[in-house]
Amino acid sequence: MPVDLDVPAAVAGLARTLRSAGVDATSDRLAAAVEALTLLDPTSRDDVYWAGRVAFCASPDDIARYDRVFAAVFDGVRTLGSEPTAEPALRVVPPLAVPGDASTAETAGDAPPAAASRLEILRTRDLAALAEADRQEALALLTTLSLVGEARRHRRTRPVGHGPVDRHRTLRRTLRAGGEPVAPSSLRRRERPLRVVLLVDVSGSMAPYADAFLRFAHVTRRARGPRTEVFTLGTRLTRVTRELSHRDPALATAAAAAAVPDWSGGTRLGELVKAFLDTWGRRGMARGAVVVVMSDGWERGDATLLGDQMRLLRRLAHRVVWANPRAGRPGFAPLAAGMAAALPSVDALVAGHSVDALQRLARTVVGAHA
Amino acid sequence: MTFASPAALASALTAGGYLPDEGLATAAYLALRMNRPLFVEGDAGVGKTSLAQALATVLDAPLIRLQCYEGIDVAQAVYDWDFPRQLLHLRAAEAAGRAGDADVLEDELYSRRFLLARPLLQAIETSPSVLLVDEVDRADDEFEALLLELLSEFSVTIPELGTIRAATPPMVVVTSNRTRDVHDALKRRCLYHWVEHPDFAREVAIVRQRHPGATEQLAAQVARAAAHLRTVDLQKPPGVAETLDWTQALLTLGVDALDPDAVMHTLGAVLKYREDQQAVVRDGGLVALLEAAANAG
Repeated sequence: MPVDLDVPAAVAGLARTLRSAGVDATSDRLAAAVEALTLLDPTSRDDVYWAGRVAFCASPDDIARYDRVFAAVFDGVRTLGSEPTAEPALRVVPPLAVPGDASTAETAGDAPPAAASRLEILRTRDLAALAEADRQEALALLTTLSLVGEARRHRRTRPVGHGPVDRHRTLRRTLRAGGEPVAPSSLRRRERPLRVVLLVDVSGSMAPYADAFLRFAHVTRRARGPRTEVFTLGTRLTRVTRELSHRDPALATAAAAAAVPDWSGGTRLGELVKAFLDTWGRRGMARGAVVVVMSDGWERGDATLLGDQMRLLRRLAHRVVWANPRAGRPGFAPLAAGMAAALPSVDALVAGHSVDALQRLARTVVGAHA
Repeated sequence: MTFASPAALASALTAGGYLPDEGLATAAYLALRMNRPLFVEGDAGVGKTSLAQALATVLDAPLIRLQCYEGIDVAQAVYDWDFPRQLLHLRAAEAAGRAGDADVLEDELYSRRFLLARPLLQAIETSPSVLLVDEVDRADDEFEALLLELLSEFSVTIPELGTIRAATPPMVVVTSNRTRDVHDALKRRCLYHWVEHPDFAREVAIVRQRHPGATEQLAAQVARAAAHLRTVDLQKPPGVAETLDWTQALLTLGVDALDPDAVMHTLGAVLKYREDQQAVVRDGGLVALLEAAANAG
């Protein structure tokens, strides 16, 4: 490194590269990095590394990216390009309905349905069996889901007519009355919604439902606020909560899909539920939450592991709900190895194959027992 | 007290009984020099909280600790008005016939002497001081918003009283276990550091420093065994805190080298889940553990 080095310019260059690698290297962080470096030795590789790291990073993910970028910028190691760019695109799944199967025959038999009844039919139809245009319409219906329900007592309080005394208000009123004692104002605990954690299976077997489930996750997040967390289960666990926070459902689900590197891969549910519990769940995210697993229960790995992990999850969570699109089909029995292993630890097994079923799922999630 | 370099801070911390690695020393040094809060994350038991205690020792400043929990609010974290004394004052004023002048009375009521300082205000008013905001992820969004003013301005605004500013900013250490994401606005005001498990040599040194009664051999065995346990798939891999507990348990029993009996009797000091204990003990795992420990020689 040259001695007559322009520190701000060098750090700004690093920041630019970091931004392209997905680290949120904002200008105030850049200023902090430059300031940090003036306190250290800007010709020492280690000092530059640490100054940049404490200023630019905000999570362990950032550290991994930072290490890569730093190596590339300062050691000339070109590992940047080798990073696989995540497969974007929420895959549009061609309708599975085979011409001439039960669903088309059924529609053909009916008189052309009026708009209202058409929506009714759309609500109850298996999402996997819909033609693309109908699917889009069905997905749009999802935005109307209502998710108001069960709340728990919160430590924050709000003023009410009786109960523990609101000392601040009481004093103010006493003062206004010239020191004359007044009837005390009181407080009551506010309530706040339970945290909802959605684990969405995006493996190959779930492909027809995955985008609907992500839409469901988006609606839940919009309706229930920041206390909703969403993960996808593919070949690995991906947190998509941030991606889903966009207001527009299409943009949000597209962003989530882009963040999932393993769309439609295989799933080892047990390992992924374990990964969720180890990195997030046990630390607090699953504690007292409503955890919803949205999966068909096809376990490619060891079903006993899934059973163990579900028991653990059950001990942490307020309620465990399993949404299985296959449960909506006639003659469903929870025979898939994973499903059977998980079932003893599940508080409610619901379908989730159609808009209507997802509305029922929403009611189950919020605790209004349908 | 000021330090000339990260190395100077590291040696002061070491003398004070806390053994930082290079990254942690640099991060703490920068936080001190730049008057920025230090946001530390890491697995449970890697010494996030004891970092703040050690910094308080080397800076010769009182440690003011705020343990966060859900629903923590201004009255518990920053300040509260001393309600009973305010009421008494009001009654006394009324009895003395001064109740008529409400403005004067109000000024008296909302003056510093009726204000109860909670940890955040205490830290602002005490210079120098080390403020530990522990497990900030347990608190909620509303509380993070409250922390923002404090962490960027090192001041507390009380509507009735005005703004109280720190003479010299306290050294702030914010810890998080990552049970949820802390808001970016809060993180941006801080320097961030992820605390790793210590390497073998450092862990041995930590054990020996905290438990001078432990022989080099025992400390090395315990550190190797702990490192081995971190490679086993456990619900809660042991942190340094558990290593220290374990050493203490072994010392209390008068053990100076790990053997199957000693491990079985003291496993509860290092593994706190029944499933974890079973996972380590079954299928010859205990032998593997002892072999790993014995590699220390």
